Amino acid sequence: MSLNAENSNVENDSNYYDLVIVGSGPAGLSAAARAAELEAETGRDNTYLLLESFNEPAKTIYRYQKGKHVMEEPGFLDLRSPLDFESGTREEVLAIWRAGIEALGVRTAYNSEVVKIAGERDNFDIHCANGKHYRAGRIVLAIGVQGNPRRLGVAGDESDFVQYQLDDPAEFVDKTIMVVGAGDAAIENALALSRQNRVYIVNRRSEFSRAKEGNLNGVLAAINNRNLDFDCFYESSVKSLTLPSGDATGEVLLKTAEGEVKVSCDLVIARLGAIPPRAFIEDCGIVFPSESPEAIPELSSEYESNVPGIYIVGALAGYPLIKQAMNQGYDVVEYINGRQVKPADFPLLELKLGLLPYAAGVDDILSLYQRRIPMFARMNSLAFRELVLESNIIYACADQEETETLRERASERAQQRTADIRRMRAEKARRRQQAGRAPVADKPIPQPNVTRILRGGEFIYCDGEYSNTFFTIAEGEVTLRFGDSGVDQVLGPGQFFGEMNLLSGRPRLGDAIVSDNTVLIETPRRTMLKLINSNEEVAAGINDVFVQRSLQSYFGEQTELKKFRDVSRRLTTQRFDVGDTVYCEGDTGEHLYLVRSGTLSLSRTIGGKELSVGQVHSGQVFGQLALMGDPERRETARVVVRSELLAIGHSDFLELLRIAPQAVDRLKRDTVEQLEMANRLESVPEGGETIRFLLDCGLGEATNALVIDENLCIGCDNCEKACAETHDGVNRLNRRGGQRFAHLNVPISCRHCEQPHCTKDCPTNAIRREPSGEVFIDETCIGCGNCETNCPYDVIHMSYKAPPKPGLFSWMFFGAGNGPGEEAGFEPTESEKERGKKAVKCDACVGQAGGPACVRACPTGAAARLSPSQFIEVIAE
Amino acid sequence: MYQNTLRYRNGLYGKIALVLVLLALALYLSQRADLPPNGGSWQGYLLGTASLLLIVWLSWLGIRKRRYRSTLGTVQGWTSAHIYLGLSLLVIATLHTAFQFGYNIHTLVYGLMCGVIISGIYGLYAYNRVPPAMVKNRGDKPMEAWLDELDQIDREAREVAAHCSAEVQSTLASAIQRTSLGRSFWRQLLGRDQSQVELNGRRSDRVKNIDQHAVTAYLAERVPETSKRGEAERLQRLLYLVGRRAELLRHLRRDLSYNARLRVWLLFHIPLTVALLCGLAAHVVAVFFYW
Repeated sequence: MSLNAENSNVENDSNYYDLVIVGSGPAGLSAAARAAELEAETGRDNTYLLLESFNEPAKTIYRYQKGKHVMEEPGFLDLRSPLDFESGTREEVLAIWRAGIEALGVRTAYNSEVVKIAGERDNFDIHCANGKHYRAGRIVLAIGVQGNPRRLGVAGDESDFVQYQLDDPAEFVDKTIMVVGAGDAAIENALALSRQNRVYIVNRRSEFSRAKEGNLNGVLAAINNRNLDFDCFYESSVKSLTLPSGDATGEVLLKTAEGEVKVSCDLVIARLGAIPPRAFIEDCGIVFPSESPEAIPELSSEYESNVPGIYIVGALAGYPLIKQAMNQGYDVVEYINGRQVKPADFPLLELKLGLLPYAAGVDDILSLYQRRIPMFARMNSLAFRELVLESNIIYACADQEETETLRERASERAQQRTADIRRMRAEKARRRQQAGRAPVADKPIPQPNVTRILRGGEFIYCDGEYSNTFFTIAEGEVTLRFGDSGVDQVLGPGQFFGEMNLLSGRPRLGDAIVSDNTVLIETPRRTMLKLINSNEEVAAGINDVFVQRSLQSYFGEQTELKKFRDVSRRLTTQRFDVGDTVYCEGDTGEHLYLVRSGTLSLSRTIGGKELSVGQVHSGQVFGQLALMGDPERRETARVVVRSELLAIGHSDFLELLRIAPQAVDRLKRDTVEQLEMANRLESVPEGGETIRFLLDCGLGEATNALVIDENLCIGCDNCEKACAETHDGVNRLNRRGGQRFAHLNVPISCRHCEQPHCTKDCPTNAIRREPSGEVFIDETCIGCGNCETNCPYDVIHMSYKAPPKPGLFSWMFFGAGNGPGEEAGFEPTESEKERGKKAVKCDACVGQAGGPACVRACPTGAAARLSPSQFIEVIAE
Repeated sequence: MYQNTLRYRNGLYGKIALVLVLLALALYLSQRADLPPNGGSWQGYLLGTASLLLIVWLSWLGIRKRRYRSTLGTVQGWTSAHIYLGLSLLVIATLHTAFQFGYNIHTLVYGLMCGVIISGIYGLYAYNRVPPAMVKNRGDKPMEAWLDELDQIDREAREVAAHCSAEVQSTLASAIQRTSLGRSFWRQLLGRDQSQVELNGRRSDRVKNIDQHAVTAYLAERVPETSKRGEAERLQRLLYLVGRRAELLRHLRRDLSYNARLRVWLLFHIPLTVALLCGLAAHVVAVFFYW
């Protein structure tokens, strides 16, 4: 079948189809392929139609750069689709799909952008931009969330001369590239390209007002840097394009404030944002649960939206990965045809829930739990299912014998699952061979996630641990034990804990001990944050308890949690951005502040200079003197890391002291400590400046950062060499590029932030944190580069794996390969290229005996790893 | 938090080295009065064996430093021990020689060892003195930032000079072009300014331009003689730029020199160590087979 737009077999007499699938991305293609299979099985005609706005299937992937590696994630999920899919280059993936839809004869209308859907189940009207009109019984929307990137809107903007995304800036060298747009994406692309190319950035306005501060500074510095071929056209827009032909480069005609300018360039990258599909979706009558831009429509367990007959799958349903989307496309067609299939995630859920002491099946357990946990009760059941899928299920047994039996069964199930995966892979390899495609090296099989078996009385976490998962009790009890107070708090079914670490990023406070016959749902931080962002009820519920526990942990661990409820509901949370001041020296204060999350610096102006006199982190209070007899603020409180504060006024303060009288002692102790610290810092003004420098380097949010004393540093770079040698030949720190002040050098190296920015958008949760605090990237990294973009300190980069290095003596005497500590400069092997670049960052040598190699390898003791609490010691030296 | 290598663990290895030296002295003095001290007495053998083991162990630092996964102490600990035990070696090995020197392989080995230790002492001095001086020299920014500033100054100077007379323009261009920075290791070490300038762009007028003096004087002389409008202003701007240039170059040159001083001793220390190990082998073989 040709992939040409006007297929003669597309239209039937009445233009009516039982099923119309909108969008031919992975989800839509898979749905259409399944529909085609069913059509062939039943022998009926014209039951379905696939509509695609572009002239090729899978537009997003089609528009990837040539040769881009497409990942097959999540690895643990099986593929269920008539179309094949495995990781490979863009071309391979597209070729497999093309062959698949051709073999199945998938009925597709290309260049058919749907602009309006009206009507109801069994009688939908679908209008396309090209004037065509279809009718449908059911509709599957598989249009993705990316929508269409906003185009330049001039002739030629669909040609190869114009790109709407940039995958790998390193691929362009010595080119002249015009980046159109002034948002963060445009600036980031332009800056990344400017390292090796001549770059113009075209800004419609006279300033870069939409950009984040870091990007704003970056782009202005680049424009002003005479060494960089980087220029900006302000108040300009693209009027027309002259496409490159033969040897001639392309040209862009810009309309600027001073008239028209013709600029020749090799490529135009337009980053003008995406046109959100929300308007279209709402126009179809589909409701979003909240105004949050990340919100996704609510769906039934069979992917049906609130409009009966309209189904949503793929990224728009909250499943951004290709394999998930393909599975859903398959499943939704099964459901629509009245077939009760178990979803592809069923075996995974069975592994997780299988060892629980119930006779019921997976779906029953899920609905039981959802009813039992108030916070999740009103969640969409699909979202809850997804939450469980991404969570661990923990079961604590009552006796030792049962524990051992269950552990054994758990390991058997894990082995069984591994064997299943192996079988499926063999089957796939066989099909690959039949299709005449080259075999690929298998990736390691991930450890199957089976019910985790504990024994009642075991610790779930301990005080001071850096874990940040969120626990919900589905059955049984958990005891929380705080510090030395000896006061236990017992939580029952439906209650949750661990929200403090989730929201503040601080290590665990107190121990959590599981009781007999208890079932827990342990949800990763990212999944929980996604839920909080999309579900206001969950957000409010968690926030409520968080505030109460924050008050309890500061004011009185011995006091019952519920006593704080009334006060906590009266308090408001104030949010501050970096650089904001909470109050200034000399103000009159009426509140004390409890830091929910973030870091603030306290400073005083002495002799016209602002000197740091202290810093406060989450869980600590400041400004308390205002309520303790000295209303005038003696220092300025400035936000160093985005912070959330609880402001406590006079009456609430008295109420808190009434509830928890013992808090007075702690307040006094903390106040004395703060004053002493302020006094010490004030007496060494240079120290205050040094602290400011360290905070400016972002060390306020650090937990473990490399700081070099250059009075001792001999510049031997043994720290960098040790880093590379202990991390597969790839160095993760940059000493020379570090920021300097006085005798200190803060190298470009991971700070292991309290709330790591890098973890924000990791699609596979590959960035994890050890209980001891080290943030590291595990082998599930798919190399998407989000963490590299999100890290404000530039400490993450993408790299191929380096080939192994020769031993010391074979290098020394036989000249084999790169020597120990030598700059690698390696050429990746073919299989490594196939595997693609992965994110690398400092992992503080987690798991290596003796601690961080950079520190251990420093011959002069110049390298040390610090946390903010040690800054004072640095100054005192 | 940050500790000088000499003060590592309160100078533990210094104390150990001192004990070693005292033991060696006691051993040396215990040699019988009727047989004068000698490398061949049992005490002499003991001192010699100790020296040999020390030399091998001290050389092993080169290996340990590159065993990045090793958890056998830290490199700083090894370095601290290396310094103190290396110094003690001077005494122990000297006692082993019993001050019997001659024109032979044995004395050669001793000489090599002294060379290694003396270069090491210079290294110790450099490692303690040079880094603070480098910090002072760089101020609050990395040296790369100084280079960037130099580059910017050069660009601006060229731009300003483009509006001056052809002579000034070519003089300035040649001052920039003939500025010497870096080059060979020895030049970096000595830090001498070898810059030149061709006045009025004439080859015949090529003169030394140490610290940009020649070009500064050239520009200063022209200021009172200007006739064109704005010329004086431009020349004064150039004077400022050239002055700033000289300052930046001084800092950069000093930085290069400091870096070279941190490395230069290794050019002796390491080859001498290799020579010492070879010589030592010869010494041991000679003593046992040809005595």
